[in-house]
Amino acid sequence: MQPTDIRNPQYFHKVVDCQWACPAHTRVPEYIRLIAGGRYDDAYLLNWDSNVFPGILGRTCDRPCEPACRRGRVEESNGDKPEPVAICRLKRVAADHRGDGVEARMRERLPAPVSGAERFRVACIGGGPASLTVARDLVPLGYWITIFEADAKGGGFMRTQVPRFRLPEHVIDEEVGYILGLGVELVGNRRIDSLRELLDENFDAIFVGCGAPRGRDLHIPGRDEDTDRIHVGIEWLASVYFGHVSKVGKRVLVLGGGNTAMDCCRSARRLGGEDVKVMVRSGYEEMKASPWEKEDAEHEGVEILNWLNPKSFVHEDGKLTGMWFTPMRAEHDANGKRKLLPTGEPDRLFECDEVLIAVGQENAFPWIERDLGMEFDEWGMPKLDKLTMQSTLPRVFFGGDAAFGPKNIIWAVEHGHQAAASIHNFLQGEDVRNRPPPLTNLVSQKMGIHEWSYDNDISPDERFVVPWAPKEKTLTNIHQEVELGFDIQTAWKEAQRCLNCDVQTVFSKDVCIECDACVDVCPMDCITFTTNDEEAGLRARLTAPANNKEQDLYVSDPVKTGRVMVKDEDVCLHCGLCAERCPTGAWDMRRFLFAESYAGRGEDYSARPARKQVAA
Amino acid sequence: MTYLPKPKLHHPSLQKNAVGFTRRDYEGAISTLCAGCGHDSISAAIIQACWELDVEPHRVAKISGIGCSSKTPTYFLSASHGFNAVHGRMPSVLTGANLANRELLYLGISGDGDSASIGIGQFVHAIRRGVDMLYIVENNGVYGLTKGQFSATADQGSKSKKGATNTDAPVDMVGMALQLGASFVARSFSGDKTQLVPILKAAMTHKGASFVDVLSPCVAFNNHPGSTKSYDYVREHNHALCRMDFISPRAEITVDYPPGEVREVRQHDGSVLRLRKLPESHDTGDRVAAMNYLHACQARGEIVTGLLYVDPEAPDLHEHLQTVEVPFNTLGERELCPGSAVLAEINAALS
Repeated sequence: MQPTDIRNPQYFHKVVDCQWACPAHTRVPEYIRLIAGGRYDDAYLLNWDSNVFPGILGRTCDRPCEPACRRGRVEESNGDKPEPVAICRLKRVAADHRGDGVEARMRERLPAPVSGAERFRVACIGGGPASLTVARDLVPLGYWITIFEADAKGGGFMRTQVPRFRLPEHVIDEEVGYILGLGVELVGNRRIDSLRELLDENFDAIFVGCGAPRGRDLHIPGRDEDTDRIHVGIEWLASVYFGHVSKVGKRVLVLGGGNTAMDCCRSARRLGGEDVKVMVRSGYEEMKASPWEKEDAEHEGVEILNWLNPKSFVHEDGKLTGMWFTPMRAEHDANGKRKLLPTGEPDRLFECDEVLIAVGQENAFPWIERDLGMEFDEWGMPKLDKLTMQSTLPRVFFGGDAAFGPKNIIWAVEHGHQAAASIHNFLQGEDVRNRPPPLTNLVSQKMGIHEWSYDNDISPDERFVVPWAPKEKTLTNIHQEVELGFDIQTAWKEAQRCLNCDVQTVFSKDVCIECDACVDVCPMDCITFTTNDEEAGLRARLTAPANNKEQDLYVSDPVKTGRVMVKDEDVCLHCGLCAERCPTGAWDMRRFLFAESYAGRGEDYSARPARKQVAA
Repeated sequence: MTYLPKPKLHHPSLQKNAVGFTRRDYEGAISTLCAGCGHDSISAAIIQACWELDVEPHRVAKISGIGCSSKTPTYFLSASHGFNAVHGRMPSVLTGANLANRELLYLGISGDGDSASIGIGQFVHAIRRGVDMLYIVENNGVYGLTKGQFSATADQGSKSKKGATNTDAPVDMVGMALQLGASFVARSFSGDKTQLVPILKAAMTHKGASFVDVLSPCVAFNNHPGSTKSYDYVREHNHALCRMDFISPRAEITVDYPPGEVREVRQHDGSVLRLRKLPESHDTGDRVAAMNYLHACQARGEIVTGLLYVDPEAPDLHEHLQTVEVPFNTLGERELCPGSAVLAEINAALS
């Protein structure tokens, strides 16, 4: 193999699994260390820089970081159940324990205004996380931002569809408030019905962050009768939020296997649903809902039934009484593509009083005139530059669910960042594809002999469980938040489970004397000195086999004997024992900083004084 | 300034051996030796060898004297028996233990100071008697614990870290072991585990006095230019006599080498030592040839490593003394005091 080029920032970035997996590339290990150090304000602000809604995301994020977390891999065959660090819930700890001073400090962190920016007006359609992120990034530069929101308050889907027992309203008010407080104009109760009209209002740029507001319906026999008892899930959740719905029948069927289905069934349990079943076409494992959301629903007494395809609604005397389902099975064709087929078993009848349909969401742009010069694809989605979020109508940009279909809050935030950078370039007359460079740095953490500036001792603890409010309370009051958040002591212990993957093992082959000390001491058998080979050959004959091909091998230039050092990054604990055992300092633990930069910020960073350079 | 304890977490693919232990189960406390010490590599090689041989830790006794090398038994096989003897007195403690219980695997861990100076007499007699043991000298040519004075194995003309030249002739422990009748004699290098681990496995299964001299650079006091026991010097002057594979009695022998390239030595327990790239002229069963080869290499300035001599059928101390098959420590009063009738029988035989 070729020697690894560690000067390429993406190499070490990828080693920080959580940050790499986060759409907004939040610096997770750094904020976990800040939480462990009791610096909740700093942890909150670090999050706020990247993901804008730490308190909201600390409760509702889809947490792509957690399945990626190295802790889950290193605990394999090392105990009962391998579990990642509770990253998301630690984020909430930072939000829960932040002080009053964070808002003032937010302003200190913002970039300086760009002269002339005040001449430009930018409209954001929709008041959800994508639009709010665009506003957060652009307002400090001096642009005039107007957000148009169909409801009275900002927050979008986070406010109207995410149930209050998962996300209390004051959390939304605070974090949306921070952004509006920067000087953003929010025009509430105004739905945009025509893009042409908005274009005619002479905005210099328009950002479309209106979400994917249409819940998919299910057109099967009986759908059009007794429609008071058959609802589309996201519309029903909004009605619950607005107080139009305050109770539900005793027997409820929820159709669909995603997170909306989970919100529906749990809401139903709180509004009088005693026998609530989630009916899923496919298997349990392949459901789109996050594993923890399924667990939470089941914990509250919701039954999840799989392999049942809705066939028809049953009504008696015009009143909904049940539904027929066809038992299904999966079949994989020669290409591995899965198809669902009836098993041939007789259909099954489930009695019910009410049905919630949560089988997906769709984008809909009836309000965008098709003669404006904006191109759409065959599915009716706007054609976008995936890097810049720009449509084919140059001054219109997209983000969030409106861009590529339903995703989640953290993706909406990242789209917002990218669109804001593009809008800034666009308004400044620069190449829109020109991205602000990330800030990177690699600094030794050595403080003395066997002393590092991070806590390199590895906690043996298994994942801690977030305490819950008692069921008697949560199932009787839809506003009672279920999860109570970690207390500080438990948060500290959970933070200690983090492996500090951003503190990198950096190898300098010139000073290596090949004493094998690192190989012998490594608890995970990550390090091997061997003759070089093709990647497949090397992976098979390392000290421990490197079977996880998604994780890179760190290969050095040849050392004195002509062999190469090969480190399998997969299950490295970043404990630094290799560096502690190295007599010559050939191994060093260096903290890798990778911070995305946002609109108007790349210039700031490049103007900073150069820090200590890294020897390759 | 203490090291972090090694985390208990291990690689998910870590395997158990036939007696149900992982390699990590053979570890000891975290080493307090200097970072990069060759001795730590030897400890790792012992751990690997014991794991591969399916040794049960409680069937091992590790006995050592004084010195950096003699501290190392703390750093491996924490579930085994151990005895840290007076300086240079490891061999007599080991001999005594072996006489009391012949069923354990005895690891005598010593260094060049412990064995070639204060304990040289002990070393000589334990080898000469053919005690069934593996005697390892972790040989770095200096007194590491007292800041790097030359030891008795330092080569004449080699330089200390401060620049002083050694004028004394060295004790060659391999040559002595051959001359004293050790039935398994090898030398290896801490920085070459692919050679060291099979040698340790062969030596552990060998019945009789096995002696392995392991060059083990002292990274603090003897790893500088002018030293003849530094990582660089040993690597440059290493003359590997042969590569050896150790094949346990249970293993199926699958790889076939063309005749002539490979020579095999079968030990008493059925294990096979397969010697590859052994020069045609060398016979590992010929003690005199081994001594000649050793001296010829030495004269050329080469450090010969590998298996030099093995006598797979050698008798050990218990055979010499015609002791009973069972360990002494299992003999009860009935066996030890069989009564006046037996005494009369013995007396009658003497008349």
